[in-house]
Amino acid sequence: MVALNSAQSAAEGSTLRVDGVSKAFRGADGVSTRTFALDNVSLSVAAGELISIVGPSGCGKSTLLRLIAGLDSPNSGELRVGSEVITAPNAERGLVFQDPNLFPWLTVRRNIEIGLVARGLLREKRHEVDEFMRLVGLEAFANAFPHHLSGGMAQRVALARALINHPKLLLLDEPLGALDAFTRMRMQDEVLRLWRARQTTMVLVTHDIDEAIYMSDRIVIMSPRPGRIERVIVVELDRPRHRNSPEFLNLRGEILELLHFAGAATA
Amino acid sequence: MSQELAVQPRIPISAEREQIELPASSRVPAKILLSVPVAIILALIVHWFSAKNEPENETRLYNLFLGEMFGASLLIAYLQRFSAGLREWMKETCPIIGVAILFLAILEIITAGLRWMPLLPMPYFPSPAGVLQSMINDRELLFDSTWHSLALLLGGYTLGVTIGLITGICIGWFPLARYWGMPVLKVVGPIPATAWIPLAMIVSPSAMFSAIGLIALAVWFPVTMLTASGISNTRASYLDVARTLGASRSYLIFRVAIPAAMPNIFLGLFMGLGASFLTLIVAETIGVKSGLGWYVTWAQGWAEYGKVYAALVIMAAFFSSIMSVLFKVRDHVLVWQKGVIKW
Repeated sequence: MVALNSAQSAAEGSTLRVDGVSKAFRGADGVSTRTFALDNVSLSVAAGELISIVGPSGCGKSTLLRLIAGLDSPNSGELRVGSEVITAPNAERGLVFQDPNLFPWLTVRRNIEIGLVARGLLREKRHEVDEFMRLVGLEAFANAFPHHLSGGMAQRVALARALINHPKLLLLDEPLGALDAFTRMRMQDEVLRLWRARQTTMVLVTHDIDEAIYMSDRIVIMSPRPGRIERVIVVELDRPRHRNSPEFLNLRGEILELLHFAGAATA
Repeated sequence: MSQELAVQPRIPISAEREQIELPASSRVPAKILLSVPVAIILALIVHWFSAKNEPENETRLYNLFLGEMFGASLLIAYLQRFSAGLREWMKETCPIIGVAILFLAILEIITAGLRWMPLLPMPYFPSPAGVLQSMINDRELLFDSTWHSLALLLGGYTLGVTIGLITGICIGWFPLARYWGMPVLKVVGPIPATAWIPLAMIVSPSAMFSAIGLIALAVWFPVTMLTASGISNTRASYLDVARTLGASRSYLIFRVAIPAAMPNIFLGLFMGLGASFLTLIVAETIGVKSGLGWYVTWAQGWAEYGKVYAALVIMAAFFSSIMSVLFKVRDHVLVWQKGVIKW
């Protein structure tokens, strides 16, 4: 209910278009060698859609997310949110990292307020801070410092902190990767609840294939060196999804096959 | 109802209090409780034996001093029954105070008691009683000197910290400032501030100004160095997070980089404070005609070593109080670190 109140308009999400984007980094050994983290990647995400990006490490998932956030700029190609070209970070594109990256010198409450303070909106939107703390179930820890929180709680604060700006696009870089299996599953439901309530467009980078199937509308599978999109799989299971249904397990097998992890190592 | 209440037997409050047994862990053990009074009695005995050939008034004053300490220790030993905080404090500090008083007694044996075998030649090593006497006799000048030192120290320290923070933040944040500032910092910074004294004496209109300038210079280097390194080592991910939340550059500097650098900045403030003490005393010894540093040289000139030691005692109290003020400020500002690191 709380989430719906603060969402106001039904759809907060916006479309995302990634057009022929390449990004190269200097090699670690010398100046001349360049490694392509991303090579001509194109992708479009509909408003309110939740897509996952999976792939082995080094396939450029996080690089792509940083480009979408505007923290880096591509060597070629273009990224657009709605009709706007992405050139710099913006409060409309929230990013949650694997490490919650809470500011240790601020209390939980002040951490959640960062977005409002940074944009000079704290005075008029102070009431939302309480709303978001309730939304992630942390009102009792408002005055605690981050090192008193467990991993799951810290990540919930990070989520609330990103959501308080009402981002049109929420980028999640393995946000649940560091949590234990049980907390992770609970947090997956929580993220889904937030997504449904706020209709935010979400891009989720993950290592966890089950998580990708459980959560997303589409799964983008990437391959490394150079980072490319290998395949995009539409997940056509009804929500809420059942982690043990035969369809779920079939899809899981298919993706493992694609990533060459199905079994019986051939190398 | 009311009758029932009235019938209840009244227990006298004092009797009730006696029945409450303090848990064993919260009681102060007798040997700690008595450590200070016993140490004082020992010191009095030592004094009684060793002070026979000392001046009368010194003896009286020292007796008075030890006597007051004795009274205070007994009073606190009694008061601790009513205050848990006081009990904790006693457990913590009584052994230290007791040993400090024993140290005074040993000092007295060496200086005054064994005068017949010249262990320590007389004018240079007065007994604790003599030092106490000098301190009381010259209290006005000592107070005045302390006051002057404080003014000089605060002036120089504040100036140095202000400039140091500004240059440190600039060098830490702006690449251009870093490129041009770092070499200057690395070449000029390590020169001890006192080495500039000849130049300071020529350039500055008065000894006071040159002393403040020198102290500021001594403080400036560590504060700048540590602030700059703290700012430039701000975790990149903190800055990334702030930028995706809509932070402007001033937010990034003042609300992310500076708080993140605070632990480092305080390290610089502490190092700067140490450097400022040293520079203060040297500057006062050489140019300024007031302050504790000047007092020590002046008293030495008159071979009044009692006064020299009296000034040293006051310096110890003075500097350590200033240091603990900075510790308090640190505890307040870095309260978020509590439990993260060991202080």
